[in-house]
Amino acid sequence: MELIINGEAHEYLKPLTVQELLQQLNLNAERVIVEINRTILSPTGHNETELKQGDTIELVQFVGGG
Amino acid sequence: MQIYLNETPIKVKKHTCLFELRKQYKENADLLIVNGYPANTDQEINNGDHVIMIQRGEQPSAEELEILMMARHTPGVHEKIKRGCVGIAGAGGLGSHVAIALARVGIGQLNIADFDVVEPSNLNRQQYFIDQIGMPKVIALQNNLRRINPGTKVNIFNQKVVPGNIAEFFGEVDILVEAFDAAEQKAMLTNYFLCNFPDKFLVAASGIAGYEASNTIRTSRISERFYLCGDGVSAAEPGRGLMAPRVGIAAHHQANTVLQLLLNRSAE
Repeated sequence: MELIINGEAHEYLKPLTVQELLQQLNLNAERVIVEINRTILSPTGHNETELKQGDTIELVQFVGGG
Repeated sequence: MQIYLNETPIKVKKHTCLFELRKQYKENADLLIVNGYPANTDQEINNGDHVIMIQRGEQPSAEELEILMMARHTPGVHEKIKRGCVGIAGAGGLGSHVAIALARVGIGQLNIADFDVVEPSNLNRQQYFIDQIGMPKVIALQNNLRRINPGTKVNIFNQKVVPGNIAEFFGEVDILVEAFDAAEQKAMLTNYFLCNFPDKFLVAASGIAGYEASNTIRTSRISERFYLCGDGVSAAEPGRGLMAPRVGIAAHHQANTVLQLLLNRSAE
């Protein structure tokens, strides 16, 4: 399965959810914005949303300071 | 022909010159601005020109103040900016700078939310004063904004922003500025706002700490209605603090993105 993550193609052998993707990429789910195919995914959907072949994903992890 | 003198339309003869106009309308004016740019020499005035005459040191009336304050604006933008309503979530280093920049350009309304009070460690980067220590930030900021531009309506909410009050605080804004300190708060607000207000814009900030290069701070359009300002990586953490210059750069990236959105409905 190919996913486009922040503009780069990545190959995944097994199906995975958004939550699993965030874990694999070592991203903190409480600090992250997930956009799939130009739609923002609410954090409540991380667990149940399965990624599909060709999905275009934008991931932004906030860092602190203001 | 018709021109605008201090934004009031007047009829003048063709080939009227600037100094002649001054003699006629405001003889003591010592600052003349034509179409947003100071004019030091006499010149012919053309049909449709905007001419501002200011006498240095003179306190204008409230109505006159608004016109004179915006004399150096790009012509034609003031009315659009004045119709803008912008939310600011957090009144710290980012939020206090954004609020002041937007009040200076004549934004119509600001809705500002913050639960904190001004304390000494804020003063290295936030737009407050020593005599405001202990005061709720939203009240201190409202007072400061009133001294800069009383024409901007400022609604304040002295509470912590949580999903349950975002609609109340920011439901009416055109654009929301995320100006929190904690990464989790930034993500909470961004997720909630983009999911629940799909027709509004959000301008957030991430990666503004330290004194690394100024030019690594940039504005990115992450998606249709989501802009992010900062270098994306410089977190406030042990060994890397938050200081006025870089926080101010990021805040002004946010303020300028707001201005572009208000004027163009898109930003670069």
